[in-house]
Amino acid sequence: MAMEPYDTFEYDVLVVGAGGAGLRAVIAAREAGCSVGVVCKSLLGKAHTVMAEGGVAAALSNMRNPDGGSEGDSWKTHFADTLKGGAYLNNWRTVEIFAKEAPERVLELEQYGAVFDRTPEGLIAQRPFGGHKYRRLNHVGDRTGLELIRTMQDKAVGVGMNIHMEVTLTRLLMDGDRVIGAFGYYRETGRFVIFKAKAVVLATGGWGRMYMYTSNSWEGTGDGLMMGYEAGAELLDMEMIQFHPTGMIWPPGMRGILVTEGVRGEGGFLKNSKGERFMFTPEYTPERYKGQFAETPEEGMKWLDDKKANRRPPELLPRDEVARAIYKEILAGRGTEHGGVYLDVSHRGADYIKRKLPSMYEQFHELGDIDITKQPMEVFPTIHYTMGGIKTEPETCSTTVKGLFAAGEVAAGLHGANRLGGNSLSDIIVFGKRAGEGAAQFALNHSHGTLDAAQLDDEIDLLLSPLESTRGENPYTVHTELQETMQKNAMIARTEEGLKEALAKVLELQERAVHLKVEGDRCYNPGWHAARDVRFMLKASEIIVRCALDRKESRGAQWRLDYPDKDDAYWGKHNLIASDNGGEVKVEPRRLPEMPEELKQVLAEQG
Amino acid sequence: METITLSVFRGDAAGGVFQTYEVPVTPGMVILDAIHYIQKNLDTTVACRWNCKAAKCGSCSAEVNGKPRLMCKTRVEDLKEDAKKAPIRVMPMRAFPIIKDLVTDVSWNYRTASKIPPLVPKADAAGKPFVMQQVDVDRVQEFRKCIECFLCQDVCHVIREHDRKDAFFGPRQMVRIAALEMHPIDDLNRREQLDAEGGIGMCNITKCCTEVCPEHIHITDNAIIPLKERVADTYFDPLRGLLTKLGVMKRDAIKQPFESVESNLTKIVQPTPTAMK
Repeated sequence: MAMEPYDTFEYDVLVVGAGGAGLRAVIAAREAGCSVGVVCKSLLGKAHTVMAEGGVAAALSNMRNPDGGSEGDSWKTHFADTLKGGAYLNNWRTVEIFAKEAPERVLELEQYGAVFDRTPEGLIAQRPFGGHKYRRLNHVGDRTGLELIRTMQDKAVGVGMNIHMEVTLTRLLMDGDRVIGAFGYYRETGRFVIFKAKAVVLATGGWGRMYMYTSNSWEGTGDGLMMGYEAGAELLDMEMIQFHPTGMIWPPGMRGILVTEGVRGEGGFLKNSKGERFMFTPEYTPERYKGQFAETPEEGMKWLDDKKANRRPPELLPRDEVARAIYKEILAGRGTEHGGVYLDVSHRGADYIKRKLPSMYEQFHELGDIDITKQPMEVFPTIHYTMGGIKTEPETCSTTVKGLFAAGEVAAGLHGANRLGGNSLSDIIVFGKRAGEGAAQFALNHSHGTLDAAQLDDEIDLLLSPLESTRGENPYTVHTELQETMQKNAMIARTEEGLKEALAKVLELQERAVHLKVEGDRCYNPGWHAARDVRFMLKASEIIVRCALDRKESRGAQWRLDYPDKDDAYWGKHNLIASDNGGEVKVEPRRLPEMPEELKQVLAEQG
Repeated sequence: METITLSVFRGDAAGGVFQTYEVPVTPGMVILDAIHYIQKNLDTTVACRWNCKAAKCGSCSAEVNGKPRLMCKTRVEDLKEDAKKAPIRVMPMRAFPIIKDLVTDVSWNYRTASKIPPLVPKADAAGKPFVMQQVDVDRVQEFRKCIECFLCQDVCHVIREHDRKDAFFGPRQMVRIAALEMHPIDDLNRREQLDAEGGIGMCNITKCCTEVCPEHIHITDNAIIPLKERVADTYFDPLRGLLTKLGVMKRDAIKQPFESVESNLTKIVQPTPTAMK
């Protein structure tokens, strides 16, 4: 370190990531009286939160309209829906807090300046969504995520923070067993930078870039996740990765771009190449949802006009079920020529579509020359969201490492084996706030730790070696091979054989990635950045594959062809925990916390 | 295989050159795909910003054949005829200082934004669910579609030709202030700021900003012109001025004075300007 110039900043609370969870944590920590620094890899306001379309789920019960409202909705129903959607692998306390606090957090956004769509009574409008019993998604057309991030960005800027844009962090700083800051580099100049903090909040989002078809941007590399893991944090449910059922597959320029579930919420059909609405095939509706969905396309059509008297169509089953059904249709040879299925909303008419799904209409019209008011879209399940992540304690979002907190997609426990649409946006505001408060409390009760800069030597070597090396592989080559094996073997349908093949390949690539070589210098050099990113992805991939191998059952997002059934007796009661054991990945099952009687009662009442 | 030739600016504050690259064309390809192809296969050091690749985040702003565009929304198909005559020129936004290749320093936009306080709810609405009719928020929602790509700032001649970043907030921030000023529940007198440091008078409504907006926000017609009218009514109406002087009318007594709210509390921390080679 002696030879390397670097900058140092000091804050009470350091927030890593400036998506919705990070910015909500900033607001909370500031309001608790802390100085706050926030670091993000991109420009402010560009985080993945902007991609969320459908809405933010919270039981506000605002809909009074006769075609099926949300009257009767309550935290209890939201609680039950979330557990059911997550195939009961969720942490009950996390879900309880979430369902109870989400309405208040949404109303608070309005005070901050969010402008939601309105009901005829002038309240926040709510739409139906997969897995939610009532109309519960508070929304702004189909750009709800943009509204949330911009609202919290403006509010966070208003309460005051120091924002460090385009800084990549690669290592958490430790004082014994406590996190005391983080280390990284400016993307612009390549100069190193140290942040000292009394408490650190990880709000770094998910990881999907190890797969070929993903809706994730370049940022979704799992760096925040792996920094936490390397600092000693336990990871939870890492095998649980959500495949959004409707990612674009054609044209190639649009591959991976999502079609919001809102398209199905507004009445969109899924059809196979024979023109059949295949979701009505009885076997695609699992036992626990039987009787709750329309059984014929005719009934589904009636639901469009009268939501009260008719059951919703099975296109609105939870995402894992819809994704599997699409996959099965394609396997059975009923896919489109480009290997997807059709999603068609054209029967709703041009006026309706342009009003309710304006950015979808625009996106397809301008990017793909597809007029969704006239023709169907071609879709395929796409890597979308990571339910697993850093294990957090529900009340304060503290991790198993002292001084380290986590919220949003990087954290785990809320969504269990499968996330319901709309729950990610309420997740980030409920637990972003709690993480900010938890970190602030910790910071107010602790002083800064002592930094021994020697701990950075390895990291600096790791960062600089690809530039100094005379031989080694191109990180893009390693990345592409990783994507190929993960896409082939650790995607939606998994087997022991495939997962073992993936594990062997990942371990081989880890070996090869010891020696990387990149061209150019440290100034805004994507090749150099890719070299560090790919190492994070390789480690995260190893953990995903190991956990997927160990969970010998099918549940939620984990679909094992060799273990096609749910094993409620054992795996239904156990999470998988991954931790660093002296450089080796340790995976162990751990019993779910026991749910108290009164909540079991709530579940029983909700059916 | 069909290919297309791109001429991409390579360089930094010290200068640069246009480098040509030949890229295979795939169906539905956009310029950002072509840049990614170059990074992955031809030169790993080409710098560009991007995130969503779905025209929702506003990161990949650049100038393609001289027009400010989002690279993720610029289809190669639409440029094929031009490409027969000359390579497609891709260069960084011109109104902002260059960092490297297609990446510019847009921090001025964020520093300006930090001067604009967020919503200040009216006392009787604070802490309660807002009751607002859809028709009353339609216009505000139009403004809130903004993805902060800063293409409007790039093309605005006050900023681009005259470099008056010191005197004018630019179209993006006018849209932001319009969303607050027209919010049924906001209680802050935003007109003071518009007239003073916001510099709304600098805009002479050439509508260049509206033309480049990828979200099709009617920046000039729906945001800037109504704001100009409100400022003129408040500060430049001779009758109102006289009545204010005589004490018959109070200057904007309806809303809270601008200085009642603290702003500019956020610091945009810039990297130390040493490049590490």
